[in-house]
Amino acid sequence: MSATPVMHSSTPAVSAAPATPQAPRRRRALAPLEPVGARARWLLGVGFFVLFVAVWGFFTLGGFVSPTFLASPVTMVKEAVLLFTEFNFSHDIGMTVWRVFGGFVLATVVAVPLGIAMGTWKSVEAFFEPFVSFCRYLPASAFIPLLILWAGIGETQKLLVIFIGSVFQITLMVAVTVGSARRDLVEAAYTLGANSRGIVLRVLIPGAAPGIAETLRLVLGWAWTYVIVAELIGSSSGIGHMITDSQALLNTGQIIFGIIVIGVIGLISDFAFKALNRRLFAWSTL
Amino acid sequence: MNQLSIRGVSRTFTGTRGQTTQALLPIDFEVRENDFVTILGPSGCGKSTLLRIVAGLDYPTEGRVLLDGQTVEGPGADRGVVFQSYTLFPWLTIAQNIRFGLRERGMSEADQKERSDFFIAKVGLRGFENHFPKQLSGGMQQRTAIARALANDPKMLLLDEPFGALDNQTRVLMQELLLGIWESARKTVLFVTHDIDEAIFMANRVAVFSARPGRIKTEIPVDFGHPRHYTIKTSPEFMDIKARLTEEIRAESMAAAEH
Repeated sequence: MSATPVMHSSTPAVSAAPATPQAPRRRRALAPLEPVGARARWLLGVGFFVLFVAVWGFFTLGGFVSPTFLASPVTMVKEAVLLFTEFNFSHDIGMTVWRVFGGFVLATVVAVPLGIAMGTWKSVEAFFEPFVSFCRYLPASAFIPLLILWAGIGETQKLLVIFIGSVFQITLMVAVTVGSARRDLVEAAYTLGANSRGIVLRVLIPGAAPGIAETLRLVLGWAWTYVIVAELIGSSSGIGHMITDSQALLNTGQIIFGIIVIGVIGLISDFAFKALNRRLFAWSTL
Repeated sequence: MNQLSIRGVSRTFTGTRGQTTQALLPIDFEVRENDFVTILGPSGCGKSTLLRIVAGLDYPTEGRVLLDGQTVEGPGADRGVVFQSYTLFPWLTIAQNIRFGLRERGMSEADQKERSDFFIAKVGLRGFENHFPKQLSGGMQQRTAIARALANDPKMLLLDEPFGALDNQTRVLMQELLLGIWESARKTVLFVTHDIDEAIFMANRVAVFSARPGRIKTEIPVDFGHPRHYTIKTSPEFMDIKARLTEEIRAESMAAAEH
């Protein structure tokens, strides 16, 4: 027995001490691709925010930067309170959120079915793809003057900016996702007796669903950048409108607070979307 | 009676610049009902291409395939296929995967459940009905794929190196499982492999493929009775057939390597 060679490299061949495998205690924290713990990740993430605010506070409160150009964190908080108590800022936030989601839902309703059709049928793709690819590169903000002419400065114009900015992106990305379906799964479905309808409804769409959801999450993030631009021009409400007003009054505290609010809402909607996707498509993250 | 007739089937692939590659020379081959035939050949010899043509997933350049006298025009539920790659639908559970074909056919929920329960038990996956494919080992996934193909009650079962990606121990157990299923519920089986032991152990007849362009070089009957026990693999008769096939395959593998 004792003469048998030890095959496992993890246990030392000659060991007098009781063989308790010593786990490597200290991870090399800065080694490439070495994972970081949940707690450390959280601390590091928050740490940068703290550092950022500290540097900002140091330069503004220390008097290195003129308050006309950059408000201090303290001023910003005061302005933020004023915005909510005096200027009904909640209404502005509500308007902006409504515009983003309204335009985004409209774009989704058009783009997802079109993208699925393009990914499924190569002739449909050949028909739409060149035009959609061309439109994708048109900057949504450049349409604003035209949209104001067509739709006025009301809500329709704002929704249309979001719509134009999102619809082509979603269409193309959905088409690519559906088109890159695993061929072997499609073949397997055929050999199990599926017809074209079954292939689309029960192979292509369920297989592409997590990718489509991920596309929507990504494009929703971009929609936030379009809405502010839309609100900068010809608008009487919304976060973008507040920012333009504050610029005229040189109120940098309010501008910065507006930007932070957009960031926070974006972050929340992103987290919510991510959580929803993980829940709906648990199989894809196994 | 011959259930499957392969008549003068050849396949030539055309590249993007018009150059052609002959994958299969014209092949004539017949398979009787409830026969178990293995197609043995070196990799890249076109044996999978032939199987895909029978499945209807590829088409012959010349010739045709007849199943019960009907020309094969495309894939269909009458020929169940098990692929080498894991082709379970990752978004469906094991039970839902097995029911896929039944659902496409519009079978009632109760009948679907009865059939899937039967085949889940048959391949030894009871307790894993609600798992997703990725939660299962490769061998278990291929067992599900076999159950999924059988649940559809096809006329033929076509297997394209189904155990090729499995480790040796699992592979041997899977061979016994599949053979056991075949012995209890006869089906016509066409089984493609490059493993000589597997080809002999499973089959009533081994068809040896030549190197590319592929053709059937020889056919060797395997006369062991059923049920077969794994111990036949060490019998002198088995060794004789193995020695013969090893020579045949060796010549073809060398020819393939020279290409």
